Amino acid sequence: MNRSLIIGAALSAVFVIAALVSFVWTPYDVLGLDIPNKLKEPSAAHWLGTDHFGRDIFSMIMVGARTSIAVAVVAVGIGMLLGVPLGLAAAARTGTLLDEVIMRGNDLVFAFPSLLIAIMITAVFGASALNAIIAIGIFNIPVFARLVRGAALSLWTRDYVLAARVSGKGVARISFEHILPNVTNLLIVQGTIQFSLGILAEAGLSYVGLGAQPPTPSWGRMLAESQTMFSFKPHLAIFPGLAILLTVLGLNLLGDGLRDWLDPRLRRAKR
Amino acid sequence: MSLLSVENLNVSIHGTQILRDVTLSVEAGQIVGVIGESGSGKSMTALAIMQLLPEGAQAEGRVALSGHEMLELEEGALCGLRGNEVGMVFQEPMTALNPIQTIGRQVAETIRIHENVSRREAIERAREALRRCELPEERFPLSRYPHELSGGQRQRVVIAMAIALQPKLLIADEPTTALDVTTQAEVLRLLKRLAREDGMGLLLITHDLAVVADMADEIVIMRKGEVVESGASPAIFETMRHPYSLALLEASDHQPARSEHVLEAPLLSVRNVVRDYALPRAGLFGGAKHFRAVKGVSFDIRRGESLGLVGESGCGKSTLTRAILGLEEVQGGEILLDGEPVFSGKRPNRAVRRKMHVVFQDPYGSFNPRWKVGRLVAEPFHLLDDPPVGGAREMAIISALEKVGLSAADADKYIHEFSGGQRQRIAIARALIIKPELIILDEAVSALDVSIRAQILDLLADLGARFGLTYLFISHDLSVVRNVTDRCLVMQAGEIVEEGATADVFERPKHAYTRELIAAVPQLPKKRSA
Amino acid sequence: MLRFVAKRLISLIISLVVASIVIFLFVEVVPGDPAAYMLGLNAQEDTLAALREQLGLNGTLLERYASWVGGMLRGDFGTSYTYRTPVSEMIGERMWISLPLAIYALTLSTLIAFPAGIWAASKRGSLADILVMGFTQLGVAIPNFWFAMLMVLVFAINLRWFSAGGFAGWDAGFGPAMKSLTLPAIALALPQASILARVMRSSLLDTLGEDYIRTARAKGLSRRQALWRHALRNALIPVLTIIGLQFSFLMAGAIIIENVFFLPGLGRLVFQSIAARDLIVVESVVMLLVFAVIVVNFLVDVAYAVVDPRLRVRA
Repeated sequence: MNRSLIIGAALSAVFVIAALVSFVWTPYDVLGLDIPNKLKEPSAAHWLGTDHFGRDIFSMIMVGARTSIAVAVVAVGIGMLLGVPLGLAAAARTGTLLDEVIMRGNDLVFAFPSLLIAIMITAVFGASALNAIIAIGIFNIPVFARLVRGAALSLWTRDYVLAARVSGKGVARISFEHILPNVTNLLIVQGTIQFSLGILAEAGLSYVGLGAQPPTPSWGRMLAESQTMFSFKPHLAIFPGLAILLTVLGLNLLGDGLRDWLDPRLRRAKR
Repeated sequence: MSLLSVENLNVSIHGTQILRDVTLSVEAGQIVGVIGESGSGKSMTALAIMQLLPEGAQAEGRVALSGHEMLELEEGALCGLRGNEVGMVFQEPMTALNPIQTIGRQVAETIRIHENVSRREAIERAREALRRCELPEERFPLSRYPHELSGGQRQRVVIAMAIALQPKLLIADEPTTALDVTTQAEVLRLLKRLAREDGMGLLLITHDLAVVADMADEIVIMRKGEVVESGASPAIFETMRHPYSLALLEASDHQPARSEHVLEAPLLSVRNVVRDYALPRAGLFGGAKHFRAVKGVSFDIRRGESLGLVGESGCGKSTLTRAILGLEEVQGGEILLDGEPVFSGKRPNRAVRRKMHVVFQDPYGSFNPRWKVGRLVAEPFHLLDDPPVGGAREMAIISALEKVGLSAADADKYIHEFSGGQRQRIAIARALIIKPELIILDEAVSALDVSIRAQILDLLADLGARFGLTYLFISHDLSVVRNVTDRCLVMQAGEIVEEGATADVFERPKHAYTRELIAAVPQLPKKRSA
Repeated sequence: MLRFVAKRLISLIISLVVASIVIFLFVEVVPGDPAAYMLGLNAQEDTLAALREQLGLNGTLLERYASWVGGMLRGDFGTSYTYRTPVSEMIGERMWISLPLAIYALTLSTLIAFPAGIWAASKRGSLADILVMGFTQLGVAIPNFWFAMLMVLVFAINLRWFSAGGFAGWDAGFGPAMKSLTLPAIALALPQASILARVMRSSLLDTLGEDYIRTARAKGLSRRQALWRHALRNALIPVLTIIGLQFSFLMAGAIIIENVFFLPGLGRLVFQSIAARDLIVVESVVMLLVFAVIVVNFLVDVAYAVVDPRLRVRA
């Protein structure tokens, strides 16, 4: 257990908990408008102030956490669910057509940053949180595929894989019993990193209007809406941005901490 | 005054004592061999002399190199001495050179660091240094990159870098361990010649007693950070007294007690086996080329026999092994185990494969670090149509572990809790569990320390006698093969060039290559009379 | 070396072709009838027919694709339905804002990241290292458009060193034009520089642990000399991959950040077109951006071969 791990976990947990709690309680209702109270600075009544519709910013941040986290988690899920098997298959059959096709496919998707994928999807299907998830998720697939393929290729040369083949085991079985368990550490760390990248990506997409649509609150859109007013009411922009920053920071620290924690155990296991 | 004088050297790293009171000396023109198994501190001693110890290391004592007190000099002064007064050659030639710089430039760099000469002159002297190390420019232009050279050639480049300025002392830390037998002999000869020509002191560090027996004027034996015994060679082989030295000597030429129980009927028949590899395609439009790794090999292994297969890297023995195990299809010929083909049609024949298994070389890479030992040992059950389950399976695992000298409790542990020798025992248990008739030992003891190796060889001999096992013993280490096999085969470039009873092959080799191989093997002095 | 470049060139062309097919299929085939999509549900049949004719939708798939690609190679990207202007004109002006911005940011990012990463690696564990790691930890977590907003607040509104937005135009001269791009470029560059600095540091630390560094020290090189003469160039190799990937993120980032600074670049164009359902513009802009990314990756591959001689020999 190291410092990075603990601080990261704590920081991320704050926002995850805020998101979960928001389902049952927020200080104020985020859907109700309260014009007389608009553009208030942070105070005892409204901890982070109110926006141009009088909505409580603290509550909006709690609910916005839901969007960011949900989008990022599902996008990582898509990336892993599709990317990991592809990576395993490519490594198991390296040098064959399957491997070539998967690698070229990866390279192709890498040429399309998630923003471009989002642009294409929304141009045809309209903007929504689901489309943001798909756009970010698609970009995650080659990330995991490439990671797993790289790690798996070096594991395939190990003698214990050869021993498994001598014991009559086939490629699929070996991928599942021997290769996959030895890449899970890498997957955990990379998953955390992609999670944090997903939060940033979702914020960017919402900022330009390609993510969750009103009335679903999202941090990115809060920043977009504050654009015209933040020069004289900076709190409108500072708090949503800070929320993004702290969540991503927390996840990154968590990822680093996990990497350090898991690695020496693995190294000890190899000696 | 000695060229190098190490007195009461104590080194600790982060508080742990690594070297204790190490004392040795090297005279100009003298070759001193330092012998030790892993953990003996021999490499640390070399690093201490060069003052290249890792972070957190503390050194006390005295290291005097031609008048310089190495432990007291500032880093700047030390940089001036390294490469200049003292050169060092390390173990792994494949990674010792900068992959993106030409060899000419890397050798010339040694000269340019210490002397203010023009680039042209430095290259000229680099050329000369490489020529002295048997890499003449006509065949090895200075514009070559390391990846274009073999292991032995790369090691010669490293040596050229080290002697370019004709240092007074050359330290060689396991310089030939990663090389083939014949290449090893050449490199050792080269080192000896350079030392004699330049009047250079040579500190040769190795784990192989036979290597220093051939070469060294003086031998120092180390164990667990201490010097155990030292003396002039070859006299020391007669006079050595310390129990560890004696044990080391015995283990270096250990002959396990083996019983004869060979039957005439062949167990494994290899007939005209041909194995081709497809080479990576030259381009999108190049046709696939093939490389013939095994060119029509035929031999038999008789039941109960221990057959040796020797050859250097690239001779095709690993390819042959994989074909025998049914891992790869052969392009020509056939392999029969107990009369049944290993491959039927396109698929390997399970009923045949369960009669053999394998033990690999690397005790650290042979096991999935996430599995418990019990599960690891039981993996071959996958070959059986009706593997034992539950209690019967437990019994089988425990029985296998006990046969190799381990206990039932070990089945629940993870592999990282075991040492190298113990892991090889577990590997043997894994091979035994399906009660095979043939066990292939693919360099199974090559990565072990000499004393552990002796124990494992004893174990194998014992198991062979008890269970009537047949062994195919593959190794590049001829001295081991000599002691544990009944017959042996010599393989070169995909063909068997010699075959016969082990004693015959070693004492009266017929083929030129066999003679070359045997001549290259370093010899321990003849065993003294009991 | 020439063979390597030729091979990569072929790879590039194949990637472009496949990417263009993907974009084409998605934008022109997936929505069903693009004409109906663009005009909406209440469109009259003859208006639809006229639009279809204008968009060239009446041929087979292959014909439409061929004419699209043929047009692009000639510089003709079709005509925007919403604005009735040739798309190439619209893209032309705006491209010269988005592309230079991305390159400016990439340059800044590299100039900041390399020294920082090298410094941190050479002084591992020291205060300098901790500081660099600390700053970069923040840098990678910061959303670039938020950072841009903060910079506008501080540097444009409070300090008045820069204008809060808008683009001076290349006609006004190189200096003023670049000045309008500076705040956006810095906002883009800092997060990417943080990533790059970390990669540089870790790559260099890995390289410093390699055997040939030990050999270099045994020859008499000091730690510093070994780092500069041997470790650095080897450490660059993995860093180059990241730079290639970074460019695609920078292009995406440039598009987003234009919003903060009211820059009339490709971003504004593409988002308006999405809202207006102008598929032709969207198609062309996406193709252009993908083209830029693929070309940059090709250049990175060539740079690899320059740095690493092992790649030049195709044994």
